Amino acid sequence: MKIIEVRNLRKQYPGHLAVEDVSFEVAEGEIFGILGPNGAGKTTTVECVAGLRRRDGGDVRVAGLDPREDRDELRRVLGMQLQSAALPDKIKVWEAMDLYASFYPDPADWPELLDRVSLSAKRETLFKDLSGGQRQRLSVAMALVGRPRVAVLDELTTGLDPQARRDTWELVEQVRDTGVTIVLVTHFMEEAERLCDRIALIDAGKVAATDTPAGLIAQVGGEQKVRFRPSAPVDDAVLLALPEVREVTRTGPQIVVRGTGNLAPAVTLALAHHQVVPADLRIEQATLDDAFLALTGRKLS
Amino acid sequence: MKLLAMEAKLHLRDWPTLMFSIGLPVGLLLILGLSIPSFTELQDTGERIVDTHMPSTMALLSLLTLSCSVLPAVLATYRQQGVLRRLSTTPVHPARVLGAQLLINLAVGTVATAVLIVAGWLAFGAAPPRQWGWFVLVFLLGTAAMMALGLVIAALAPSAKAAQGIGSLVMFPLMFLGGVWLPRELMPEPVRVVSDFSVAGPFAQALKDTWAGQPPQLIHLVVVAAGLVVFGAIAVRSFRWE
Repeated sequence: MKIIEVRNLRKQYPGHLAVEDVSFEVAEGEIFGILGPNGAGKTTTVECVAGLRRRDGGDVRVAGLDPREDRDELRRVLGMQLQSAALPDKIKVWEAMDLYASFYPDPADWPELLDRVSLSAKRETLFKDLSGGQRQRLSVAMALVGRPRVAVLDELTTGLDPQARRDTWELVEQVRDTGVTIVLVTHFMEEAERLCDRIALIDAGKVAATDTPAGLIAQVGGEQKVRFRPSAPVDDAVLLALPEVREVTRTGPQIVVRGTGNLAPAVTLALAHHQVVPADLRIEQATLDDAFLALTGRKLS
Repeated sequence: MKLLAMEAKLHLRDWPTLMFSIGLPVGLLLILGLSIPSFTELQDTGERIVDTHMPSTMALLSLLTLSCSVLPAVLATYRQQGVLRRLSTTPVHPARVLGAQLLINLAVGTVATAVLIVAGWLAFGAAPPRQWGWFVLVFLLGTAAMMALGLVIAALAPSAKAAQGIGSLVMFPLMFLGGVWLPRELMPEPVRVVSDFSVAGPFAQALKDTWAGQPPQLIHLVVVAAGLVVFGAIAVRSFRWE
């Protein structure tokens, strides 16, 4: 079942067309990524989906609701974590959770939610004294306090250190495991690749492609590189005989094999067959960055 | 309801603000009243300065601080920090925060005025406002007009800092025109005419009149009500949530 349907969404700001033509569908229970460079129209898109902005054209349905007409009902099924939206400085963590829980008819058990985002120890802390990572985790908890069916997370890990970022990713996966559909807006390729079931690549207000991360990479050819130092001399012909291999080059003691498909397993298997061990084995795959570049002619970041 | 309670709690947590809105006016009444002999001497009007002039202008000081400084600063900060925006992702409209802020500032202004009345009575034996009904009406009407002006400031200020700056820029002249530093009776004629139309001036005069036991002058009520309508209309048209 499609919980979000967006068709030909269009949003014009004075003197600037933010979203020209965006369409995508999100299935219930998936983590759907909206990936694109800054200014591509990602945030505007999800704001139209969440009913924070009125679209100028196209059609949007969230759990069958039109964000333009059914604002109040929409807010009960969709929770949103906003990029850079804060709380009053002097509100305590538990007070914010308690207050926001009171806005919904059937809220989540907020102490348990705080526990899930590892903020139980910070219950009495003022918002202004929280670190960036703690604020983001609180923000996620607040987006979930109304027991939404869909949670929109906008630039969730921007400004976080690598450890906090990984913790937040784990949190997102846990949330999905509870059955919440997640729309993740990001300009981090790594984040999208790690978390998302499917991704819409957005560039200049349009969808360049929608697919699984692997599918997007495969769309651009998906050439891989395997690099290693053989433990014993090995003939190029052994490797070139493999259907996956396109090219073999040597730099000093190193061999670089280029090809597609299951390249790395095929190469290591062939080497094992000849009693050769590949030392310093490195596998380099095409990334979403490469896919984005190939699809739009532009770098993601 | 919980939102109102929370906003009230946050307001009380901000004690420097309370010092300005309650502590300063009450402190000034007591310190000036107890230290300047002429304040407690009978004037030509037949009453002492601490009887009506001091408490009514100190009430005005508190109400102007709350409406032109505290209210716009809080709202502009909430807007700038995205507090209003975050609220708009929930089923609760951010207008509720605005309503809560208006009620809280009205409540603090009421407490400040009540404390002024009690302090004046305890320290100087000053009588409470003698035209109760009119006094309450003038108080509510004038406070509403000043808060509408505060909302205009919050609406037009591009940032929280700007709101504070514009607030001071509006508040100090209004205090002057309201007779906080120089009683309106002593103002030169042209200044008093400006004061008459400054909304704060007639508000101050009507507060003082009703405190002293006279009904307010109709013209003063009309100017204050006109201020409420004009500021209110501008605020409604120009207020932005984000």
